[in-house]
Amino acid sequence: MTYTKKDLISTKDLSKDDIYSFLNLAKEYKKLNLEPVKKDPILKGVTVVNAFFENSTRTRTSFEIAGKRLGADTINFSSSTSSTNKGETLIDTINNIEAMKTDVFIVRHYSSGSAQFVAKNTPSCVINAGDGCNEHPTQALLDLLTIFESKGSFENLTVTIIGDIFHSRVARSNIYAMQTLGIKVRLFGPPMFMQNAEIFGCEICRDMDEAVRGSDAIIMLRIQLERSDGEVAFPSVREYSKYFGLTKRRLEVAKDNVIILHPGPINRGVELNSDVADDPRISSILDQVENGVAIRMAVLKTVYQNKFKA
Amino acid sequence: MTTLIKNATIINATQTLKANILIENEIIKSISSDEPKADKIIDASGKLVFPGLIDMHVHFRDPGLEYKDDIITGSMSAVAGGVTTCCPMANTNPVNDNAVITRDMIAKAKKRGLIDLLPIGAITKGMGGKGITEMGDMSEAGCVAFSDDGLPVSSSDVMRSALEYSAFHKSFIINHSQDCSLCRGGHMNEGKMSMLLGIKGMPREQEEIMISRDMLLAKLTGGHIHVAHVSSAYSLKLIEQAKKDGINITCEVCPHHFTFDESELISYDTNFKMSPPLRTKSDVEAMRNGLKNGSIDVICTDHAPHHTDEKFLEFDKAPFGILGLQTLVPLTLNLVRQGVISYNDMARLTSKNPAKILNLPNKGEIKEGFLADIAIIDPDFEYVYDESLNKSKSKNSPLLGKKLKGASLITIKSGRVVFDFPNVVA
Repeated sequence: MTYTKKDLISTKDLSKDDIYSFLNLAKEYKKLNLEPVKKDPILKGVTVVNAFFENSTRTRTSFEIAGKRLGADTINFSSSTSSTNKGETLIDTINNIEAMKTDVFIVRHYSSGSAQFVAKNTPSCVINAGDGCNEHPTQALLDLLTIFESKGSFENLTVTIIGDIFHSRVARSNIYAMQTLGIKVRLFGPPMFMQNAEIFGCEICRDMDEAVRGSDAIIMLRIQLERSDGEVAFPSVREYSKYFGLTKRRLEVAKDNVIILHPGPINRGVELNSDVADDPRISSILDQVENGVAIRMAVLKTVYQNKFKA
Repeated sequence: MTTLIKNATIINATQTLKANILIENEIIKSISSDEPKADKIIDASGKLVFPGLIDMHVHFRDPGLEYKDDIITGSMSAVAGGVTTCCPMANTNPVNDNAVITRDMIAKAKKRGLIDLLPIGAITKGMGGKGITEMGDMSEAGCVAFSDDGLPVSSSDVMRSALEYSAFHKSFIINHSQDCSLCRGGHMNEGKMSMLLGIKGMPREQEEIMISRDMLLAKLTGGHIHVAHVSSAYSLKLIEQAKKDGINITCEVCPHHFTFDESELISYDTNFKMSPPLRTKSDVEAMRNGLKNGSIDVICTDHAPHHTDEKFLEFDKAPFGILGLQTLVPLTLNLVRQGVISYNDMARLTSKNPAKILNLPNKGEIKEGFLADIAIIDPDFEYVYDESLNKSKSKNSPLLGKKLKGASLITIKSGRVVFDFPNVVA
């Protein structure tokens, strides 16, 4: 493994070799996960805290399973039952849990930059499980593993990310990692979510047909209604689905072997129609979920071991 | 009591003069080559003798939020920065929206006697944006202008009345130019950097829209609108045009807006979180041009203390604002070193113009008969702005712990030395 940090906060910190190392290790864990006894107790005795200050089912469960398969004691913590509801600060909450001699924090939080903020202020390992609109690096890695398995290589690939780009931490982490790998990334979404998107250095598509055409993989983003508080959003989900939703009919202009990814949960009939989401020939959504556990096992093992290498 | 400042290089807005300054009690008695006897002699060789700086926009958090700063620690920060006159904003708790609070604030500052404290009263009762305050009473009590500070007056009708009524009382309105309907929960400048960081942004147009409205209302009423902490290039264009058209408008800029740009936010450091937010490099350049060409009237600090615990949070939870009083001189001197403005311009922007706008006839210059408010500045003095120097109760400055160049080594208020830079022989 080439990655040397004790935290994983951003895919901007990953070199090409780092990404391949994570994917290769994840592939080994994926094999393990098919065994009847799914255990590599390399983190036996390690306490991993799922510090989730924002609702999540899939990511939290995925990290919990990953930790347990590595032998760690995984503790779940959610903001609805935490002292943050009593006014405790984020760092006080983290420090208090750390005082119980925990080792790794998996941080999900609604504020951009919060995972970095926690990492700077704790000696524990910190894995960013999604910080506000900023990043979600393990999601990007699992997307990359899914794409790699389908395409066999990252050479000459075009990936298009469609939807609410501004509010998407999945988009940012994917863009940075894919650009490091030399993948061509294209973006498309409603104009109110695309302002200044040129900063990412990606091609910006003008409509769904253009976005779909020529893509090897399409990542459909979930509409993040919960993150657009105070903003004027698009007029209606009906119109969103008309101009920005992916249906079987829209895929008529797509490459034959295009795959569709979605970080979930899906708003069915809005950004993604069931005729696409449930078609195993096109949809890689459940592969993403499966790969998520393997990727998180690889990341957990790596960052924890890095803590003792520094 | 007499004090002689000898070998002074006097920096006024319009001239530089080498002379000796004799202070008698509170007043500058004479400026000449004579060396009369005095009770106290200060040798200012090699230093620059500026008129005491006047900061039109500070927050002392007193009454009500004294854990951040109070009128005394605010005053101490001011004189440590060469500032002898401060105008604290009305967003105290309770709000300074009546003459009783105004008088109380002034009395507290006077009792300590470090600075002249000239409050800015609220435009509307409780800064609620509706009924305007008793501006006449408050002016009599000592308010020099009116502002609802961070809660800009949204109603054009209320603002019209405020401009008309303040003008009747020979005062003026300061507005935090922000069309809040465009705020969108923003925490930084909206642009490429906010997209990159995934932080909601505030478009500069929210400032420009409000300035446009206010200048039109100033045109309608003949009242004086002073634009607080201008931050966008196009805002300055609007102000320049309004001035050309004879509209009664002035404006101020803060050192952080002519020093830092939004790229500082890459580390999510909440000490760079301020409102208006740090904008782009080209906006910073526009501020510097505005200072150079005279379209910006005043440099002020928007000194906004916040307790460490309040800033030690996730970026979007932290409050807006940074300390400014003790970094005003070094950041403004940077402009002189970089050839943007002259020392005389600095005196104009930090003292002469604020005195003129605030209608303070005996301040803003080192002149016979004027109040002896003086900052003896060493532009080359290097030091670390650390916690031992910081006089505020708060520490929310991105410059804390950094090496700075230039400081007021001695600050004199009404003839009395109120600050001596520690461990330095001036």
